[in-house]
Amino acid sequence: MIVSIASGKGGTGKTTVAINLLRVAPGEAVYADCDVEEPNGRLFLRPEIAGEYTCTVPLPVVDYTKCTFCGRCREACRFNAIAVLPKSVMIFQELCHGCGACVMACPERAISERERPIGKVSHGTSGNAGFVEGLLNVGEAMSPPVIRQVRRHVGRDGLVLIDAPPGTSCPVIAAVNNTDFCLLVTEPTPFGLHDLKLAVAMVRALGLPHAVAINRAGLGDRGVHDYCAAEGIEILAEIPNDRRIAEAYAHGRTAVEELPELRPLFEKLLRAIGERIAARGAA
Amino acid sequence: MKQLAIVSGKGGTGKTTLTAAFAALADNAVMADCDVDAADLHLILAPEIGERHSFAGGLTATIDSEACVICGQCREMCRFDAIDETFTVDAAACEGCGVCYDVCPAGAVTLTNEVAGEWYVSSTRFGPMVHAALNVAQENSGKLVAQVRQRAREIAEADGRELIIIDGSPGIGCPVISSLTGVDAVLVCTEPTLSGQHDLERVLELAAHFDVPALVCVNKADLAPDMTEAIVAHSEEKGARFVGTIPYDETVVAAMIAARALSEHEPSPAREAVEEIWRTVRQILNGEA
Amino acid sequence: MKVAVSCIGDNLDAAVDPRFGRAQGFLIVDTDTAALQYVPNAQNLQAVQGAGIQAAQNVLNAGIEVLITGNIGPKAFRVLQEAGVRVYTGASGSVRQALEALQDNQLLETSQATKPGHWM
Repeated sequence: MIVSIASGKGGTGKTTVAINLLRVAPGEAVYADCDVEEPNGRLFLRPEIAGEYTCTVPLPVVDYTKCTFCGRCREACRFNAIAVLPKSVMIFQELCHGCGACVMACPERAISERERPIGKVSHGTSGNAGFVEGLLNVGEAMSPPVIRQVRRHVGRDGLVLIDAPPGTSCPVIAAVNNTDFCLLVTEPTPFGLHDLKLAVAMVRALGLPHAVAINRAGLGDRGVHDYCAAEGIEILAEIPNDRRIAEAYAHGRTAVEELPELRPLFEKLLRAIGERIAARGAA
Repeated sequence: MKQLAIVSGKGGTGKTTLTAAFAALADNAVMADCDVDAADLHLILAPEIGERHSFAGGLTATIDSEACVICGQCREMCRFDAIDETFTVDAAACEGCGVCYDVCPAGAVTLTNEVAGEWYVSSTRFGPMVHAALNVAQENSGKLVAQVRQRAREIAEADGRELIIIDGSPGIGCPVISSLTGVDAVLVCTEPTLSGQHDLERVLELAAHFDVPALVCVNKADLAPDMTEAIVAHSEEKGARFVGTIPYDETVVAAMIAARALSEHEPSPAREAVEEIWRTVRQILNGEA
Repeated sequence: MKVAVSCIGDNLDAAVDPRFGRAQGFLIVDTDTAALQYVPNAQNLQAVQGAGIQAAQNVLNAGIEVLITGNIGPKAFRVLQEAGVRVYTGASGSVRQALEALQDNQLLETSQATKPGHWM
């Protein structure tokens, strides 16, 4: 089963929740860091890396011995990434999505593709758990191809915990789309509530089963509780606003290892998610 | 006219709190909320919307099941795994490349333009503000950021405003790149955690990549003084300029709940620290420090 | 020599459009024969991205050697530079005035984009 952990707002505790769920998981479990712009899971899990490979996107290359400068490739490109001049073809890689439309459109078969590296995927183990991480190269704009590569790497077997990037746009969609359950982590503040509403709109648009976990409970106000009650969204866990959790996090230590009394909270959360997924499967 | 972007690498470090406080402290600025994915600045600045514009998104394919001849070519050629075995397009996965449209022998595919979001020009108690709302599950946030920044520049030029304060988004991807290219300085607001340090490092690399001078401040610095020290030393090593720390202070959340900028709220250690950082940043922007 | 001017309208009295990629259109003026040709840019006005690249492609297809506009972004400039087109920016007033200004050497030929790209 694949559980994605997301939030509209950044810094609400997605990684904290994902890591702690991993640590209380009873069976085979994999942590997949899909926050490829800023992956942090590694700092807590200190994995033994078994291997890594480059993640690439295809970039068209024109063979000028065959090109007749007819301009079909430019017409085919919906991203406006190609200009055909009398003696050259310019391809703007920052606009190219690597879709292959230009390759198909070329009547002279003059366009081939080379693989352009944009990031890497590392995999290994942390204790009994599997670990996979995507990392986007600095200066690259499009993270979804790296995220999709991480998703392909982990597959669907066992328990897969996906640590999603913040926000609600394309990178998040790539991370949470087609997961079995999406846990939205928020904090009980006006910013947390506002961004939770966006995240809820996103998971609803994707048709994903979802629920909320509140981090730093006790801080702020009751806005998130009132909203979830009104919208019929379950709050599956409330992680207390405890300075010791923040300090453990600061130094890259896992809350359940540092503060064993938190274990039942995460065990209960993981069971609750499992039950929600099973109930849907049965229905 | 100067442009200051406030970013964080890691989310939730207090970037918007800082932006709102700067907006209140600056005399003659235009605010640009470039965290278009999860915009929060308006919760504090309470903008009155003056202009409203729609923002066009890319194309999305749909397949007419009546016309579809189930040949499978679209599914085979789609590189975004956006077409399932029933030949339905997953709109969230579709990038709008049109390859399915090009290969379909039956003319069953249509491509439609979506509205990806809206952007606004508003007035606030601190001056003009340009902001946006991206519809859920949309792409191209980098382009929307560019749109917001362009309009903020036009307003600053027309009104003779001295500063554009840009609230950036977390991460290092397209909206962030779009937020910080060509600014006079980028202030990275981080926190004293291993994650904060790691993410700061990537943002500083990004700033260097685009040749933007970087400033660093540490929020909730007293949560882990050892980490704060390490971050300060490390930032300076990377050529960034350290401009101050903000203590952990629950007044920050209280101000947020009251929908006030920290610098409008009752005196507090965090408020004092933010005001000190503002003075330093302003001097740096004016070339006085 | 063919000169393109970004403009709002299809004649010499039309106002110069300060934008390039998202200009309303281009008036192509043959300075040898005084022949005029209007190239609309409506398609690129709606483009999500790459408007500048495709606007550059459009004016190149008309066989121009010189472009006059208000501002130009980096990608469009790269295309025009690659094709050897001379780019003059900072034009205002009518198309006619812009052409006169060009003749009187009052316009600046630019060797780089005059505004930041739309997103990087």
